[in-house]
Amino acid sequence: MTAFSNRYQWPDAGLFEIPDWVYTDPEIYDREVERIFHGPTWNYVALEAEIPNPGDFQRSFVGPTPVVVTRDGEDEINVFLNRCGHRASEFCREQRGNAKLLICPYHQWSYDLKGNLVGVPFRRGLAGRGGLARDFDMAAHSPRRLAVTRRGGVVFASFDADAPPLESYLGPVMTAEFDATFDGRPLELHGYYRNTVPGNWKLYHENLKDPYHATLLHSFLVTFGLFVAGNRSAMLADESGLHGAIASAKRASTDHVSEEAKGEMRAFHEDFALQAPEIMEFVDEFDSEWSVTMQTIWPNLIVQREMNTLGIRQIVPRGPHEFAMHWTMFGYAGDDEAMRRHRLRQGNLMGPAGFLGMEDNEAIKFVQDGMKRSRPGHHAVALEPELEAGATDCVISEAAIRAMYRGWREIMGLAS
Amino acid sequence: MSAADADRRLRAVEAFNTAYARVLDDGDLTVWPNFFTEEARYVVTARENWDRGLPAGLIYCEGRAMMADRAFAILNTAMYAPRYLRHFITNTWVGTQADGGAFEAGANYLLTQVLVDEPNARVHQVGRYIDVFVESEAGLQLCSRHCVYDDALIDNALILPV
Ligand SMILES: [Fe+2]
Repeated sequence: MTAFSNRYQWPDAGLFEIPDWVYTDPEIYDREVERIFHGPTWNYVALEAEIPNPGDFQRSFVGPTPVVVTRDGEDEINVFLNRCGHRASEFCREQRGNAKLLICPYHQWSYDLKGNLVGVPFRRGLAGRGGLARDFDMAAHSPRRLAVTRRGGVVFASFDADAPPLESYLGPVMTAEFDATFDGRPLELHGYYRNTVPGNWKLYHENLKDPYHATLLHSFLVTFGLFVAGNRSAMLADESGLHGAIASAKRASTDHVSEEAKGEMRAFHEDFALQAPEIMEFVDEFDSEWSVTMQTIWPNLIVQREMNTLGIRQIVPRGPHEFAMHWTMFGYAGDDEAMRRHRLRQGNLMGPAGFLGMEDNEAIKFVQDGMKRSRPGHHAVALEPELEAGATDCVISEAAIRAMYRGWREIMGLAS
Repeated sequence: MSAADADRRLRAVEAFNTAYARVLDDGDLTVWPNFFTEEARYVVTARENWDRGLPAGLIYCEGRAMMADRAFAILNTAMYAPRYLRHFITNTWVGTQADGGAFEAGANYLLTQVLVDEPNARVHQVGRYIDVFVESEAGLQLCSRHCVYDDALIDNALILPV
């Protein structure tokens, strides 16, 4: 037992109760950055479609930490810290661009596309005076480089050069689900949404490991019959419990909603209809039994496959009480005009102004407000007690949240 | 177009935007789609997307029916904390072309938001309208409105149309 785990005592109810300090404590947050985001994890940083040409670069983040993502002349993708080796300045200020060298504007120290320090003005001084020592180590003053892996046009980075291969990091179930979206078709960029959420970053993972909320919070889905309790659905998870996917199959018009389910869902109306129902159409284009999956890839990525509206959500934590969410919306390069517009229309479901997305953000804010403003306490994560933790095909369940915390406690050195 | 006609057009657009903001800020949201033509495009998007020609919208409506569905959802299905929003629309300009009664126009907007459990209004969005209007017997209508915001990060959620 270390002093750390003595100070942070988990409740006796084990995984069925989560203490507030998990979401509010600055020391816990710092440890998460160190052990999770800067640890042996794979963090989403970019889509290859965003940097298609040699010399393309883009700013991104690994956890809260700014990085630069580049494609070099050998078609390699590089990720390194956006921190000058000289005076620490966050030197790459443009969101994206194309260049042969990235130059820190303060003293013009320059870096090649692999992040190597290659130029220092007046390195030998002026008129024989000043400058750097003859044995100044240029390599040691290059920004820290991260390990990089790519799959299906998606780029991940890790602070740990010994992070496992992505496929074993994800496990077979999560890899197959990932591949359903990134199936080899080249991607076409549709644009970005960016927002803050005033809540702890893990609440976003939890929300997507919580199939219970879908029919209760999201009246829109229920009102218009897209997702109701009784739909075929599943909460998938890998063995670590850290990754997951909430999955459902669109209701066929022949499906019957039981009277019991209708009674529990206050929002259910058989008579309401959309004036523009095409927003809910599903074009079956995936090698998957699911029409909707929200995949959480630990620690910073959500892959949104909401029928035909596709997006990446990148979590950028900003302390224990807030995170930014960067959404990259895309389709496939082969889409015709009708399909592209279908994806864009369906995009109204998600994002910070989406019929569902706005509600998730609001709910997470409410949870953080409850912890910030009320007395400290515990969350009850108690649904489906017959399963301690893990994947489930029961929607009235919080077993996948418990699975995530089993993994989290291990990483954090807080397992009992 | 004569200077007097351009001035009349400018004042008509300013009056239109005042009425539009009154509906969103203090009025009946179900009326909001009536400011648009049947087939109108309504998109709220980041400047980052607009400048690069990327089509995604935070809100992306093709046609008044989609706007009516959004108004319905906000009023009947959506869950969000109580709030007040207020538009300040300035720097209005109008194009002087007149092909088929359609003309371009635009304005800057500032949108403030008050969450009722927090003390003050905060700037929720700053941007510009990029519009195409048509003149009909009923007066002006939008056949497209792009709300292009400068903000880098939306504060949690954008509930109401801009
Ligand atoms: Fe949700």
